[in-house]
Amino acid sequence: MIGAMITGALKRWVLAVQEFTYLLSNSLRYAFKSPRYLADTLLQMDVIGFGSLPIVILIGFFTGGVLALQSYRTLSTFGETGLLGKVVALSLVLELGPVLTALMVAGRNSSGIASEIGSMVVSEQVDAMRALGTDPMRKLVVPRLIGTVATLPLLTILADFSGMLGGYFVSYYTVRLTTEEYWTTAYQSLTFQDVTQGLLKPFFFAVIISLVGCFQGLHTTGGTEGVGRATTRAMVVASVLIVVVDFFITKFLIGIGFF
Amino acid sequence: MPGPAIELRNVSLSFDAKRVLNNVSFALGRGETLFLLGVTGSGKSVLLKVMLGLLKPDDGQVLIDGQDVVPFSEEQLQPVRRRMGIVFQEGALFDSLSVFENVAYRLREEHLADDASLEQQVREVLRFVEMEAAIEKSPSELSGGMRRRVAIARTIISNPAIMLYDSPTGGLDPVTCLTINVLIAKMRDLQHVTSVVVTQRLQDAYELVNSVYSQEKQTLVPVNGASGSRPVTRFLMLRDAEVYFQGNEQEFTHSTDAYVQKFLA
Ligand SMILES: Nc1ncnc2c1ncn2[C@@H]1O[C@H](COP(=O)(O)OP(=O)(O)O)[C@@H](O)[C@H]1O
Ligand SMILES: [Mg+2]
Repeated sequence: MIGAMITGALKRWVLAVQEFTYLLSNSLRYAFKSPRYLADTLLQMDVIGFGSLPIVILIGFFTGGVLALQSYRTLSTFGETGLLGKVVALSLVLELGPVLTALMVAGRNSSGIASEIGSMVVSEQVDAMRALGTDPMRKLVVPRLIGTVATLPLLTILADFSGMLGGYFVSYYTVRLTTEEYWTTAYQSLTFQDVTQGLLKPFFFAVIISLVGCFQGLHTTGGTEGVGRATTRAMVVASVLIVVVDFFITKFLIGIGFF
Repeated sequence: MPGPAIELRNVSLSFDAKRVLNNVSFALGRGETLFLLGVTGSGKSVLLKVMLGLLKPDDGQVLIDGQDVVPFSEEQLQPVRRRMGIVFQEGALFDSLSVFENVAYRLREEHLADDASLEQQVREVLRFVEMEAAIEKSPSELSGGMRRRVAIARTIISNPAIMLYDSPTGGLDPVTCLTINVLIAKMRDLQHVTSVVVTQRLQDAYELVNSVYSQEKQTLVPVNGASGSRPVTRFLMLRDAEVYFQGNEQEFTHSTDAYVQKFLA
């Protein structure tokens, strides 16, 4: 009984991985062909990119601020408060900027994509689309993939910058660092490798955010209730994958001696 | 092309462990009409989707104009689907598009028309289903019957030779049912469209069996010697994923089978 349940769960899981891989390879293949649904792609860039702008900037700003507050306490025990800019900048660019931005966008858009496509599935709009001669992979998946991949790195840069600004305000007003002290150490500490790593991650996260959303949406079953389940699951799965993949990218880059 | 428009040979399909279609076979000639009967969950909608290649059977052949479409890829199915149209149970209009854009969808996808002729064609089919006044509306503003009429318009804009209707009158009032039936008859009698109609309401089937569309009167008139030949009609009943009954109208109405008679009652 329990054995059969485990086998069943395992089978479903393997099947899901297999289907996700199929979605991944096919959408990437189509993404590099000439874009047929330009209007849909631009709309997604607007929804995902422009729509996420305020929260990403806000989150970045306060994260940078709290980083400065916390790091100051540690640094002051070594008498190295001059390094505050460096600590804030490195933490943001390498980890917090990309990961927090991706998590925010996953919360907004993985779930949004899943609910949008999921409602189209349960109301048979996706079947109608196929019957009318449109491949949902091109019309629904690829525009969301491109829309996310094109905007997430930009959002991450903005979050990084906004975070450094937040760190600067804290340093200036509460810690009393000079403007020059803060920005010089912040700026000089960032190597080419750091920036590359910080901008490489969003590409992977963008693929996760869009495709997990599409996958959960396209596999919605069970009416409107199923749409709710797909929405939640998309957000959870995307968030977990982002954090896990972040670890492995970092480990890989350290492994090949990128630093 | 000789031979049937649609033919299914020993089609079977399961979801997980559940058999939804079991060894289903039938053939439908050009211009004929098939009424698909069966209780909820007997596999009628699944059968329609199999005919369009939206679902792949585990076993068996699906021949459209003599061509087995089961092994076809999504791309290879495009030209087949161009000759077919489906009207889903609730219409399945694209929520994010206006009525105009819904109806224009297929022509836009295939870049078949410039803007002027596009609008003209859209207005023409909307007039055919008597929905031209709603051209600017969004699907959420329409009633159930109106949505289905727009869905019919969206499908027939490319003149399909085969039409599949999934419970086109389900949940509608009798007056709206009649308008939908008139449309189905109009397609059948004016364009000689091969039709598959899923229905729970036997009176709809009889309305369509016993009447033809008259162009002068703009509505259904009873068939008699004077108004030409009777439409060719078949009945197919699904029960527990299998074909339980199949035959013409005579065989259906005179069936002595207890289960079939429950439907006739
Ligand atoms: N995509 C699907 N996945 C799993 N089961 C399905 C799917 N579509 C239909 N079914 C099941 O197949 C059976 C037949 O469904 P359907 O063809 O919709 O019945 P109906 O005759 O009422 O139209 C039902 O038991 C339904 O739950
Ligand atoms: Mg059904």
